[in-house]
Amino acid sequence: MNDMTKTEKALEMKTSKISAKNVQVHYADTHAIKDVNVEIEDKTVTAFIGPSGCGKSTFLRCLNRMNDTIDICRVTGDILLDGEDIYDRRVDPVQLRAKVGMVFQKPNPFPKSIYDNVAYGPRIHGLARNKADLDDIVEKSLRRGAIWNEVKDRLHAPGTGLSGGQQQRLCIARAVATEPEVLLMDEPCSALDPIATAQVEELIDELRENFSVVIVTHSMQQAARVSQKTAFFHMGNLVEYDDTTKIFTNPEDPRTESYITGRIG
Amino acid sequence: MSDMTDMTAARPQKPVNSLLVQDANTARRNASEKRFRAYGITAIAIGLVFLVVLISSILFKGVGAFQQTTLTLQVELLEAKLDKSGTRDLDKIKKVTTFGYNPLIDDAIRRAIDEIGVENPFRKGKDLRKMLSSGAAGQLREFVIANPDRIGDTVAFKLLASSRVDGYLKDRVSRESLARDKNLTPVHLDLIDALRDAGIVRKGFNMSFITGADASESRPEQAGIGVSMLGSFYMMIVVLLAALPIGVAASIYLEEFARQNWFTDLIEVNISNLAAVPSIVFGILGLAVFIQFAHFPQSAPLVGGLVLTLMTLPTIIISTRASLKAVPPSIREAALGIGASKMQTVFHHVLPLAMPGILTGTIIGLAQALGETAPLLLIGMVGYIASNPPEGLIEGFLSPNSAMPAQIYEWAKRADPAYYERAWGGIIILLLFLMTMNIIAIILRRRFERRW
Repeated sequence: MNDMTKTEKALEMKTSKISAKNVQVHYADTHAIKDVNVEIEDKTVTAFIGPSGCGKSTFLRCLNRMNDTIDICRVTGDILLDGEDIYDRRVDPVQLRAKVGMVFQKPNPFPKSIYDNVAYGPRIHGLARNKADLDDIVEKSLRRGAIWNEVKDRLHAPGTGLSGGQQQRLCIARAVATEPEVLLMDEPCSALDPIATAQVEELIDELRENFSVVIVTHSMQQAARVSQKTAFFHMGNLVEYDDTTKIFTNPEDPRTESYITGRIG
Repeated sequence: MSDMTDMTAARPQKPVNSLLVQDANTARRNASEKRFRAYGITAIAIGLVFLVVLISSILFKGVGAFQQTTLTLQVELLEAKLDKSGTRDLDKIKKVTTFGYNPLIDDAIRRAIDEIGVENPFRKGKDLRKMLSSGAAGQLREFVIANPDRIGDTVAFKLLASSRVDGYLKDRVSRESLARDKNLTPVHLDLIDALRDAGIVRKGFNMSFITGADASESRPEQAGIGVSMLGSFYMMIVVLLAALPIGVAASIYLEEFARQNWFTDLIEVNISNLAAVPSIVFGILGLAVFIQFAHFPQSAPLVGGLVLTLMTLPTIIISTRASLKAVPPSIREAALGIGASKMQTVFHHVLPLAMPGILTGTIIGLAQALGETAPLLLIGMVGYIASNPPEGLIEGFLSPNSAMPAQIYEWAKRADPAYYERAWGGIIILLLFLMTMNIIAIILRRRFERRW
């Protein structure tokens, strides 16, 4: 019995970064997520799509335990990151969030300088031994966030003074600065104009080389453009999860088809 | 039935087509807006009038306290009177009471009168001395004890005039008002006129009002607010050191860490209610807890400060919680999302952003505490005559003292009209204190806001 679970785990680890099993989420009396099972692969962009209120953001926030901050929220089931249950009592959410970074819907840079925004994560996690180290991390992160060229001359200007698109890329740079393994993005482009959106999408594609990216999006075109795998949520259920091309060309579930063709949602 | 027809008649009609013609509805709305503006302007104007009346009456009535009449007299410090043995032994010099100094003062006044060439209307020295404060002899004695080597010299002294003479130079006392006064006669005033012309009686800036201590009821000219200012100052230090950390810690815990349940709700309701509890209730609590139970010294600024801390805490907690609440949740999410702990999130991101609000709330709380009199009544800080400034820091907290508003209240209830003037003067100083605190609040606010 024990041996079997071990081999099973070993198998999963090869293919999936995060595996969720029978996940249920309750907000007080509301059953927000109903029995979701999903395997998220490493070095892949996974998109969560679905109509508003279908639970895709809630599920995303379960993956780095951001829901812990909400008193009335209750999560059951197992979510394994590299085979370890992140809801185990021994897991400190702070350590987890260093591994599973997050980018939010609205760009939310700290009201500090651009440099300090990016350096904050490495500082609190002790990733830099000295100032030069930190400078390197900041530069590397800003390059990965595809914003280095725009801000390299004004690293000490306030991060809040940047344009919306720049702010969001700064937030992505800030998230990757702590060297996470998974990057969660909660509708990262919904507050941006089309040009900034295109830049962020391009960036997401590049991030795939180093991270496993999970993105919640309202835009089906965006999901089709950036992701390799797509999960369709509806009323708290995971309706369908498959390769993006398959979901958008040949969905199995009629609900998926109606959503993609614009009949529901 | 008729109601129905009325209603249909009152129904809005289709607006006039042309934009150049104002329809009835728009005209009505514009008129009511205009009326509302007029109400607002009237309200502000009334407020401003009261403010001007208040400030000008305070200044007009209180400015006299900052001036004091003095007599500059050449006093001969006779060895025969002050140090009969001639040994300059301080213990022996101290045995001469203020009564022993009176003849010296009498002589000095007589000489001054002779010098200006006026006839002396008074035979008795006692009558002459009525022009001077009864504290004048004490002033001489203090000088002699401090400088025993000057005995035998003639020294120029600036001696305080009595409150009636002071009042005469400030137009508070007139010959008519002295008709039934036992302390001074119109003849004295003639003499004062002559002495004033000679430059011996002069009105000057009254530093001792700002630095000095309270005096007995019969010597308003000696009373100053300085010592009670120190009392208020030490109380404010206690309030700041006690209320700020407790208040901010409590608010951060309640706002950021505590779970929402019936218990925190109860605490929240109680804090809001405490802010509205009359301050005298806090006074009686302080009396029971700090003095009767904990046996802290009575009338001490430490106890006053602790009582005022209790009173200020709700203000600080409420304003701190409000400013913590005003920090956008996205900042908290951002910090948590990078893996900052709850504590790091609060101290690195939330608290700096809430700081301007916290500081403003704290200083408003302090200002409230500074002006509070009622709770001090019950712990013995009202009516206590602090005659000497505290000798050191610890004495400052522990030795009995008064506070500025208590001192003002004390002066206002004394009979002598000279004290009335002091009370207004005290109010000016109290208001200056409050203004300084508000300016500090504004400066701190600006500084913290610059850091965005």
